[in-house]
Amino acid sequence: MTETPPVDNWATDYDLFDDAYVKDPAPVWKELREKCPIAHTERWGGSWLPTKYEDMQAFVRMVPELSSRNPLVVSQPRDEQEFDPVLAEYGNSAPPITSDPPDHIPMRRMILPLFTPKAVEKHRVFVEALCHELIDGFIEKGTCDAALDYAVYIPAKTIAHIIGVDADRIDEFIGWVRGVLEQNVGNVDERNRYNRIIRQFFGELVTERKANPKDDLISNLLAQEINGSPVAKKAVVGMCNLMLVAGIDTTWSSIGSALLHFSTHPEHRRRMATEPDLLPSAMEEMLRVYSPVTMAREVTEEIQTGDVTFKPGDKVLLNFPAANRDPEVFENPDTVDLDREKNRHIAFGIGSHRCAGSNLARLEMETALRVWFERIPEFECANPAAVEWAGGQVRGPRHLPFTFPAKKVRG
Amino acid sequence: MRVKVNADKCEGHNRCCALAPEIFDVDDYGAATALNDGNVPPELEAKAKLAVENCPEYAIEYIKD
Ligand code: SF4
Repeated sequence: MTETPPVDNWATDYDLFDDAYVKDPAPVWKELREKCPIAHTERWGGSWLPTKYEDMQAFVRMVPELSSRNPLVVSQPRDEQEFDPVLAEYGNSAPPITSDPPDHIPMRRMILPLFTPKAVEKHRVFVEALCHELIDGFIEKGTCDAALDYAVYIPAKTIAHIIGVDADRIDEFIGWVRGVLEQNVGNVDERNRYNRIIRQFFGELVTERKANPKDDLISNLLAQEINGSPVAKKAVVGMCNLMLVAGIDTTWSSIGSALLHFSTHPEHRRRMATEPDLLPSAMEEMLRVYSPVTMAREVTEEIQTGDVTFKPGDKVLLNFPAANRDPEVFENPDTVDLDREKNRHIAFGIGSHRCAGSNLARLEMETALRVWFERIPEFECANPAAVEWAGGQVRGPRHLPFTFPAKKVRG
Repeated sequence: MRVKVNADKCEGHNRCCALAPEIFDVDDYGAATALNDGNVPPELEAKAKLAVENCPEYAIEYIKD
């Protein structure tokens, strides 16, 4: 990916896709936090990169001066998309993540009830069976790619199950999401192509359900009203798009990063295998240290903050991962402390756009780790040099070659 | 000891209920409330403190009677 010139000055010319930064961004954040807490770059369309926890807490609350209409870390040019027939028919937003007031709250209230603690609890049995089934697929071999054989399928199959789409097409869905979010950052046309594929897929499905309602999530969304009028088809297509795109790379990354951590830290791995009660605090610590998601806001009114000025049209990154390493809030922020009790991390974002799926993500991650440690308590990364990271919007390992003592499937 | 959830700040992260289900509840839209008028019996004080310290929105406060 790095065909761009190397970075000399991270404060004025950072590169979100610099290989070393993607692998381990924390040293850069530390330096910036001390010298230039809000960095700037012209690369990848230009953006501001804050690194302090208190700035992230402040920026999420600047609504609507910091608009959510364009939450991608690297924007797609808007004008080209306006003339696209698929996007014209099925829309190109992803409510509520792309919504601002006054639409935001009503749109968000349509999906929040799907992801309450009680609502997601109903999926626990599915997730647990899924984790076992995935492990059954490789446990006799003694090797696996923990990213591609395990972590990715947990959120992908779960969200396909919840939306009610064909599980046989799961690899296609994963390919679409990676095509939009991860693999074509510098390639507008390819990214657009994947976006259109997803829109078309859900557009047709939503159209069909509108004609023939079933007892499923899409029909349920279509039956709702906003301010007394039926919700627009485009909004439902956008919500389905959001649930698929936001639900896969993110949780995949969190599960993968945690497994990578334990594979390369035998002391921590041993504790996880022998102290099941450690899981809740250990999981939150993994979310803090390896927070995957960075969101973006678009400036709509000039904002003066510290000694920088955000101008209308500028992109401001909500660098939640860096905030979670801020020493003003976290003691020894770069040390992994599985017992950390006071952990006010903001891996799921904060403010009115807080991740709507966080309860589901936590259930998936907790189950994925618990089942893994029950069945594969001893494991290591076969080749740490072969670990590949994706970065930018969602940071996480995409290839994790693991070895472990082979076992019979069950019994 | 008593606790109170500030409704203007709470965004439904549900950390409070996960850490102290005896003290907090969330509704369908993620709004948290303190159960039992926010009264925290002595044996749950440590849990209540954990909830306060883990809320990402700084939405829970102690009330001194
Ligand atoms: S942890 Fe804080 S924001 Fe989350 S539900 Fe509880 S009070 Fe609300």
